[in-house]
Amino acid sequence: MENYNMNLTLKVWRQKNSAEKGGFQTYQVKNVSSEMSFLEMIDVLNEDLINEGKDPIAFDHDCREGICGMCSMYINGRPHGPWQNNTVCQLHMRAYKDGDTIVVEPWRANAFPVIKDLMVDRSAFDRIIQAGGYISVNTGSPVDANAIPIEKDKADAAFAAAACIGCGACVAACKNSSAMLFLSAKASHLALLPQGAPERKSRALAMVAQMDKEGFGSCTNTGACEAVCPKGISIENIARLNREYMCAAAVSDKG
Amino acid sequence: MKWSEIFTSSVGKKWIIALTGLFLITFLIVHAGLNACIWVNDGGTMFNAGAHFMGSTVVIRIVEVGLMLGFVLHIVQGIMLEIQNRRTRKIGYAVAMGNKGSKWYSRSMGLLGTLILIFLVIHLSHFWIPNRSNQGWLLGEEINLYERMKITFQELWVVIVYVVGCISLAWHLLHGFQSAFRTIGVTNKKYLKMLNALGTGFSIIVPFVFALMPISFYLGWIK
Amino acid sequence: MLDSKIPSGPLESKWTYYKGHCKLVNPANKRKLEVIVVGTGLAGASAAASLGELGYKVKAFCFQDSPRRAHSIAAQGGINAAKNYQNDGDSTFRLFYDTIKGGDYRAREANVHRLAEVSANIIDQCVAQGVPFAREYGGMLNNRSFGGVQVKRTFYAAGQTGQQLLIGAYQAQERQVALGNVKQYSRHEMLDVVIIDGKARGIIARNLVTGELERHFGHAVLLCTGGYGNVFYLSTNAMGSNVTAAWKAHVKGAFFGNPCYTQIHPTCIPVSGDHQSKLTLMSESLRNDGRIWVPKKKDETRKAVDIPEEDRDYYLERRYPAFGNLVPRDVASRAAKERCDAGFGVGTTKQAVYLDFRYNLINKYGRTEASKHGIENPDEATLERLGKEVVKEEYGNLFDMYEKITGENPYEVPMRIYPAVHYTMGGLWVDYELMTNVNGLYALGEANFSDHGANRLGASALMQGLADGYFVIPYTIGNYLADEIATKPIPTTHEAFETAEKAVSDRITRLMNIKGSKSVESFHKRLGKIMWEKCGMARNEKGLTEAISEIQALRKEFWNDVRIPGIINEMNPELDKAGRVADFMELGELMCRDALNRKESCGGHFREESQTEEGEAKRDDANFTFVSAWEYKSESNWEMHKEELIFEVAKPTQRSYK
Repeated sequence: MENYNMNLTLKVWRQKNSAEKGGFQTYQVKNVSSEMSFLEMIDVLNEDLINEGKDPIAFDHDCREGICGMCSMYINGRPHGPWQNNTVCQLHMRAYKDGDTIVVEPWRANAFPVIKDLMVDRSAFDRIIQAGGYISVNTGSPVDANAIPIEKDKADAAFAAAACIGCGACVAACKNSSAMLFLSAKASHLALLPQGAPERKSRALAMVAQMDKEGFGSCTNTGACEAVCPKGISIENIARLNREYMCAAAVSDKG
Repeated sequence: MKWSEIFTSSVGKKWIIALTGLFLITFLIVHAGLNACIWVNDGGTMFNAGAHFMGSTVVIRIVEVGLMLGFVLHIVQGIMLEIQNRRTRKIGYAVAMGNKGSKWYSRSMGLLGTLILIFLVIHLSHFWIPNRSNQGWLLGEEINLYERMKITFQELWVVIVYVVGCISLAWHLLHGFQSAFRTIGVTNKKYLKMLNALGTGFSIIVPFVFALMPISFYLGWIK
Repeated sequence: MLDSKIPSGPLESKWTYYKGHCKLVNPANKRKLEVIVVGTGLAGASAAASLGELGYKVKAFCFQDSPRRAHSIAAQGGINAAKNYQNDGDSTFRLFYDTIKGGDYRAREANVHRLAEVSANIIDQCVAQGVPFAREYGGMLNNRSFGGVQVKRTFYAAGQTGQQLLIGAYQAQERQVALGNVKQYSRHEMLDVVIIDGKARGIIARNLVTGELERHFGHAVLLCTGGYGNVFYLSTNAMGSNVTAAWKAHVKGAFFGNPCYTQIHPTCIPVSGDHQSKLTLMSESLRNDGRIWVPKKKDETRKAVDIPEEDRDYYLERRYPAFGNLVPRDVASRAAKERCDAGFGVGTTKQAVYLDFRYNLINKYGRTEASKHGIENPDEATLERLGKEVVKEEYGNLFDMYEKITGENPYEVPMRIYPAVHYTMGGLWVDYELMTNVNGLYALGEANFSDHGANRLGASALMQGLADGYFVIPYTIGNYLADEIATKPIPTTHEAFETAEKAVSDRITRLMNIKGSKSVESFHKRLGKIMWEKCGMARNEKGLTEAISEIQALRKEFWNDVRIPGIINEMNPELDKAGRVADFMELGELMCRDALNRKESCGGHFREESQTEEGEAKRDDANFTFVSAWEYKSESNWEMHKEELIFEVAKPTQRSYK
């Protein structure tokens, strides 16, 4: 792999806080190495800004290994940038060439208000999980882990759904700001396992109700979420949730 | 959970759109099949016999009410959903995502649906409304629909409107057909593959058949 | 002498005895007791969930935007448990023994045995919560082996075990939030612990969004705040991982145990340049199937794939035939450093060794698959194709990650790896009940010092975090809180809260008022460099002494010349970072002092003065079989207390993996 240096033009969304209006600022970044990660490039820019006495760009990031789900940038019209199955923190500058212009925006959705610059508030996701994204089992002495065999295909499918990192790229990409991929990944993960079966009905109903309350849109199966998901979560999960939901709603005898 | 809660939830609404959509798809099959009788080229005898059956059978007329209801639900829910979904993002992106990840027509169901609705109004005012009003909303005398088609499709602009309507329908179906099955929860990859193929075929063939009708009359392929 | 409150009786019945005799709090009283949990990783989330389930009123704090982001999520390889599902001779005793031996006889026997005992419950608990561990075709759980042991006892979920376990604990916590038992405070950072009449009674936290300081009362305070590997600037820790909470507790009186014990993980992606912000781990599980080698010739210029077998030095297999590539982490790391220092390193920086999958991909997986498919006499291309499929299933996400970072395809060319700081065995000193020497102040998970001695075995961190949170603290906290049921919640207008908040506020103002010329990051980098070079993989008296004065000078410079943009009452990540780096600079000095004081080599702590003729670590059991617990007196002034380690069952021997 040949390494090279490049000069870039960055247009970054700057917003002081949730109350004030934001706008784009343009920055020139010089001598960026192709070996840097995208966030390291922003680090370098921030270092320059601090040295010039300016406010550095605030952005969410933590593990920088593509697993914590904290990083969230909408780069040139795509959440997490141009690479497939990738988070921003794992995006490397090899993806760009000298002279490129890069536009960086925060996740946009009413349910994800901007806190500052590129940081958004994703606590709506926590509340969706609180609504039912768990198996109600207290710590104690459950049955032996091998007491209930789980067929490998199902276990694998549950694992594939459980790979979601809750970054919110699905919402950012969706034209309806729908959280269905996030929600359905959790509902599928739990519904596919025998341990999660007793609550699958109430879970589907409660989680969807919370999603609606948070102001996310509904799913129109465009597939944009799946295309940008860093963990390759399939929209098959959404179909499964739709089914779970209606089965639960139809047989519910309340009301 | 009350019915009202179910069908006002985001997933419930989608179910209504999907189910009514699938119902309308079955209607399209009947409609296209019947209209294809024009190509028998018998001066409209077979076509009018079919039309007569549809227009004067009590059961069918009752089902027609269901069909209207299906249209209304599909349209009203569709518009409401579109409006709601548009409101979920007050500040948009400076750089749009465009086709990175989704097809333009899957993002344009509202627009395509509106075009189809406009076409539908024109279409109904050409045939269905005059016919039913002639019948006095009961099982009265029908007009000769074949003749009416012949006359209507002499105008070039009408033919163009119909062709545009059919193209809109094709795109609408291309997304709608498979989307409906996803909404009602088909996850099996084997069946999804089959349904996708079926959906693509359906979305091309049916609107094509419809579009061919005004063209056939306009170009004088049928007498 | 410190009292570690180890229950009497034989080792294997201590925990049972304790559980049967500790004090209990009745359900009605639990509702009146408030517990503060700081940090929401495996230890914190599992503790918050379990205590919430019991009925305590819990407040859970994390600096991230959601509890689910805690860095436990990044653990890849797996979690150990003495289940013996594989029938390969595992038992509670063996897990205990391996952990003590792996920790180079510097851990507390009773704690480790308890850990081994509850390990099996953890797996049951996690499966019940829906953690999707890897399974075999019969539906049973699968296991893999890890470094430093000879049995397969590691449960895993592809390369995302930490993620799955953390999400399980997070979900349990969210359930308690929904039930109203746990109140959650995200984007909040603990900046001080409030002590009233010798007991921890609350914390001062800063709301990172608004910059406001908040006071929170608790009958007890649990610090589950992880390790301090970021003192080295470059580590596999998350960018936000910090020592601040633990350090504030230390300054307020909690002893810091074994600060110098640092784990350097052998398989990380090497540094690529000055811009590097953090290092990425490649799971130790890769050593199951990857063979580590360097060229036999110095200054080798051929590409890895062009170097023939006879010119490769599989140095781990050569030096440690019994364990080969699966030697413990400290041993593997030092061996890599030794080869690179001797001039056999690879890559542009020459600070890397190869981790090569080709042999096992073809011979192990390829051949098994070929025989499964009934292919006789398969050619190499077929074997490669078949082997790749299996390797992809086992390690796909790690291979993808490697390729994204380096631009090289590890299926084709060997990975380049180098050791990096990964985990800190040291931490707040705690007794058997996980309580620090400050009453009512607990430390769980990586934040405490207790279970891993001088070196942690792979897949044991997840085990410890969850053991502490799910199965230990629910019992031990009751033993303390049973005597607190009469204590009414203390209003946060209490003088102690006032003073603590004022001190925090003054320090923030002081930091902001420096208005110097250098960024926080630049100081952190310089601190990291000192630590890595002088208190890293190999340490000596001269280097450590220098490091101490260098850190002191750096600290002085920091407090005179750091530049923090922005203001206090807003979201200000630079200010957050400044506070953390200031604490790291104090910790760094303590680490060096501890390392200087411990004149033996043990586990991850390698003193060049104390090694065998073959260059292996040499312990000095006669003089150093103790935990050093440091008491903070004033700036740069500590007093060391000793906790003697008594080995009744696992008698110390020289560790040998040959």
